[in-house]
Amino acid sequence: MSRTMIIPFGPQHPAFLEPINLSLEVSEEKVSSVKVNIGYNHRGMEYALALDYKKTQYLVERVCGICSFHHSSVYCQTIEAIFGIEAPERAQIIRTIFMEFQRLTSHFLALGHVAEAAGYESLFMRSFAVREHIMRLLNRLTGSRVHYSVNIIGGVRTDISAEGARDILSVIDEIRPEVKTLRDVFLNDVTLVHRLSGAGKLTLDEARDWCAVGPVARASGIKEDARLDGFAAYGKIDFQPIVREEGDAFARTAIRAEECIQSLDLIEKCIMIMKDGETSAVAKKLPAGSSYSRVEAPRGELVYFLRSEEKKLSRLKIKTPASVNVPILASILKNASLADVPVIAASIDPCICCTDR
Amino acid sequence: MSLKNSPWVMHFDTGSCNGCDMEIWALLTPYYDIERFGAINAGNPKHADVLLLTGPVNKKSASRLKNLYDQVPEPKVVIAVGDCASTGAPFQDCYNICGGISTVIPVDVFVQGCAARPEAIIDGFSKAIGILEEKRSGRHGSERGDKVAGAENAGIQSQAGHDSGRGER
Repeated sequence: MSRTMIIPFGPQHPAFLEPINLSLEVSEEKVSSVKVNIGYNHRGMEYALALDYKKTQYLVERVCGICSFHHSSVYCQTIEAIFGIEAPERAQIIRTIFMEFQRLTSHFLALGHVAEAAGYESLFMRSFAVREHIMRLLNRLTGSRVHYSVNIIGGVRTDISAEGARDILSVIDEIRPEVKTLRDVFLNDVTLVHRLSGAGKLTLDEARDWCAVGPVARASGIKEDARLDGFAAYGKIDFQPIVREEGDAFARTAIRAEECIQSLDLIEKCIMIMKDGETSAVAKKLPAGSSYSRVEAPRGELVYFLRSEEKKLSRLKIKTPASVNVPILASILKNASLADVPVIAASIDPCICCTDR
Repeated sequence: MSLKNSPWVMHFDTGSCNGCDMEIWALLTPYYDIERFGAINAGNPKHADVLLLTGPVNKKSASRLKNLYDQVPEPKVVIAVGDCASTGAPFQDCYNICGGISTVIPVDVFVQGCAARPEAIIDGFSKAIGILEEKRSGRHGSERGDKVAGAENAGIQSQAGHDSGRGER
């Protein structure tokens, strides 16, 4: 007769960066069922954001610190549609550059987290060392390491000067060999491949049933990427998403590692096509109306819906990629061994502040 | 044996946007490397001396925060990292927020910034090491004070001195 017991994982647990609670029902060493308990990070963001429309631009970056620029970009994109204006081309390209830089910082965080959960401490340190180069570059360009405050309604506030563009290209040249090395380690290292292959498998059908987005969906063979819509400058630079078929923790990690190289290429392309011009369009009184739009955040599709009355917002709805991907843990942790739980959870790249808001 | 050389930290997120959390993780990695102060990220509250806390406290995590704080052995130092952890801003009017960390547990060091910069956190951390050492010697002092007759007043005075010093910080 097998004995089952319930083991609580979190909200404070060394394997998780953020507070999330998993109730694991374990029989012997195998997980038989999982209950995902969220809400430790709920701040009432949607309420706060709709309170004062002038403060929303500031607050919207504080929904999530890892993908803050994506949040402010999609907010601007949505409200610009209500205003009936479009950001100038140069502003669109600058937004694309910062979005790709933030994808790099987010992916290195996720990769480092997977390496740490797998017990590969030196790889975690190396991932974060590369990430630090990008954080410092962003600090030089915008004056902040986390919340850049670059976006305004109608365009961008911070222009990239010729000097800034040279700085970006030199940093890319500097980190590219290290990023390639790291990608090769994540793809080929025997220890990691053995540890991650087959762990937390999500089949194509399951991924469709759970409506997975981002790298999690692409690792299960779904060619789904909001960047294919061509928002911001993605229509002008040649872009094809990276898709794998395996659907396990290894595939999800490999996709992130490959996307890091892809992001470096995309930023270089953006710098090449950048022309002189205006960086913002004028936005006058907020008209009544509603709109929704989406961007591809590091974790997947990020959707904003806005409804405005005269001069104020009456409703702001956010659908974050993590709120779709985190419940998948309940499915992929089943039948995993207890020791694999941290690695599988890290491979989803859960962002609890996005999930709870 | 000195706590000064091995102040182990425990990090807990009570509802932050992850901005300060990322900077805390940057501290543990090569460029800032707070391990040079002897600090190791301890996952277990019983192993920790310094609590690094981020984010405004929401209603669900308040009881968990209190629970964790109670489990950390004395002497302990609490650092509230970032503006949210210090005052709850800009979420202080939200329906699910209790306010800053100090509404739930006593805080020794407040670190400013949104998000707090790694250099600022290191500065706060070095202050915390000083307070930890002070608390340790202060506790020893009062114990001695209990035992040795006539020294009680001196013990109490030194304790009060520490308290007022902390209030100004």
